[in-house]
Amino acid sequence: MAAVAERRATGSAIVMVAYLLFLLTPIYWLVTMSLKTNAEITGTFSLWPHEPTLANYRTILTDPSWYMGYVNSLTYVVLNTAISLAVALPAAYAFSRYRFMGDKHLFFWLLSNRMAPAAVFALPFFQLYSAVGLFDTHIAVALAHCLFNVPLAVWILEGFMSGVPREIDETAYIDGYSFPRFFVRIFMPLIASGIGVAAFFCFMFSWVELLLSRTLTSVNAKPIAATMTRTVSASGLDWGVLAAAGVLTIVPGALVIWFVRNYIAKGFALGRV
Amino acid sequence: MDKPVNNRAWFLVLPVLVLVAFSAVIPLMTVVNYSVQDTFGNNQFFWNGLGWFQEVLDSDRIRAALGRQILFSAIILAIEIPLGIFVALNMPKRGFWASVVLVLMALPLLIPWNVVGTIWQVFGRVDIGLLGHTLAAMGFDYNYVNDPVDAWATIVVMDVWHWTSLVALLCYAGLQSIPDAYYQAARIDQASRWAVFRHIELPKMSGVLLIAVLLRFMDSFMIYTEPFVLTGGGPGNATTFLSIDLVKTAIGQFDLGPAAAFSLIYFLVILLISWVFYTVMTAQKDAP
Repeated sequence: MAAVAERRATGSAIVMVAYLLFLLTPIYWLVTMSLKTNAEITGTFSLWPHEPTLANYRTILTDPSWYMGYVNSLTYVVLNTAISLAVALPAAYAFSRYRFMGDKHLFFWLLSNRMAPAAVFALPFFQLYSAVGLFDTHIAVALAHCLFNVPLAVWILEGFMSGVPREIDETAYIDGYSFPRFFVRIFMPLIASGIGVAAFFCFMFSWVELLLSRTLTSVNAKPIAATMTRTVSASGLDWGVLAAAGVLTIVPGALVIWFVRNYIAKGFALGRV
Repeated sequence: MDKPVNNRAWFLVLPVLVLVAFSAVIPLMTVVNYSVQDTFGNNQFFWNGLGWFQEVLDSDRIRAALGRQILFSAIILAIEIPLGIFVALNMPKRGFWASVVLVLMALPLLIPWNVVGTIWQVFGRVDIGLLGHTLAAMGFDYNYVNDPVDAWATIVVMDVWHWTSLVALLCYAGLQSIPDAYYQAARIDQASRWAVFRHIELPKMSGVLLIAVLLRFMDSFMIYTEPFVLTGGGPGNATTFLSIDLVKTAIGQFDLGPAAAFSLIYFLVILLISWVFYTVMTAQKDAP
């Protein structure tokens, strides 16, 4: 028995190492490339940088047209996360606690927005936000990303809230708590991990999206991802800076993962395991 | 369920409705509006009935893109779902390594999609990329820029790289919820590894698998940024998926009518297929 279990553990370790190598090799390549000079990238083929340089990062961090891209992206991502959670929390509570007219249809309709291709909405968004004077602002991108983040946040939060027994609500009401006070003081701390997970997902999907954020911005709110695409076509060959910019877009995500690592798996199951 | 009926719950849902109305209903109505009208510019529109829908449905270009799109989603699901389950079964269950593995696996999910394209671009290029260079050195005639098959293979591998972790993490969460007693019972019965998988692990994962299949289907069917950065839809039209074609029509050429009709059909196809998956998979769960 023990021998079998041991052999199985070794097998698992080999599978995981192989899979992680597959995941990390392309990222490793991007990181090495960001530390090379353009001459080394295009001239010689080397597995690691022979003359490591931080010049590519210096280019980005000293040029406002580059680093403002990060500031813009982070601004609308944080705005979007705040808006999504603020409207999704009460709605998820309603779905998890009550039956009301049209609740099932409403829930499915909300989810159907998660299935809407961004490409379908790119042009109408552009016209809508231009018409109301929000084009090229952070709030426009934040609102546009609500299209897919709000349904997702409602879905995740509803899963976590349904795990909290309803007796807690009833006891609190008997004790004389008003609904808003109960919700903020008692209920929200109970589902804190759910709120964290939902925030993580809103952050993630807003951070990685490009099509809508690029369509809705031109200068003032241009996201870093769009700055990168422009540079590819304009200067064409500046691979080092491109790679450095790519590495810097991975950093915020990696930090956020680290903070929520204990909830990741549960969060990916949207709270309903 | 014994949830109380309370129509005042509508007030709690109201903010979501207002927001989604602004960010989904109004734009979608704009699309509907364009899809039945034609214009000669100057904001003069006239009624065109179902003409654009007819044109889109008859278009060989769009039909070809739809065919590619369905093939792509089918390949993606056929690879990522089994591979994700397999990886999940091999993940460490607890301890320090479990968190390290989780964090590393989640990493590709948080990379902006165009950076994913860029990563594979610099990884796959024959002149500067590790993958392209290695394949060339091994004697393969690999070039994703000129060869349609190579372009497809690269996009599929890229998507597997990008999203298999999502499936694996979902299944992992499902596996974590299985009590140890189940495994002990199986050991007493001397159940084979396959029997444990088939009768304990798979049923417990069915809920999260539904989410995994739905999410992967929807997102692979809507894929735009990664292939756009990597191949730009080429060589020729070999990797022009529906979204790429739509953006070309809508924003590149500003053909509002056909683009709008195309959008609505596209949206309906996704809704329809998602609904079929949902019905089939929930029916299976309820049956035995």
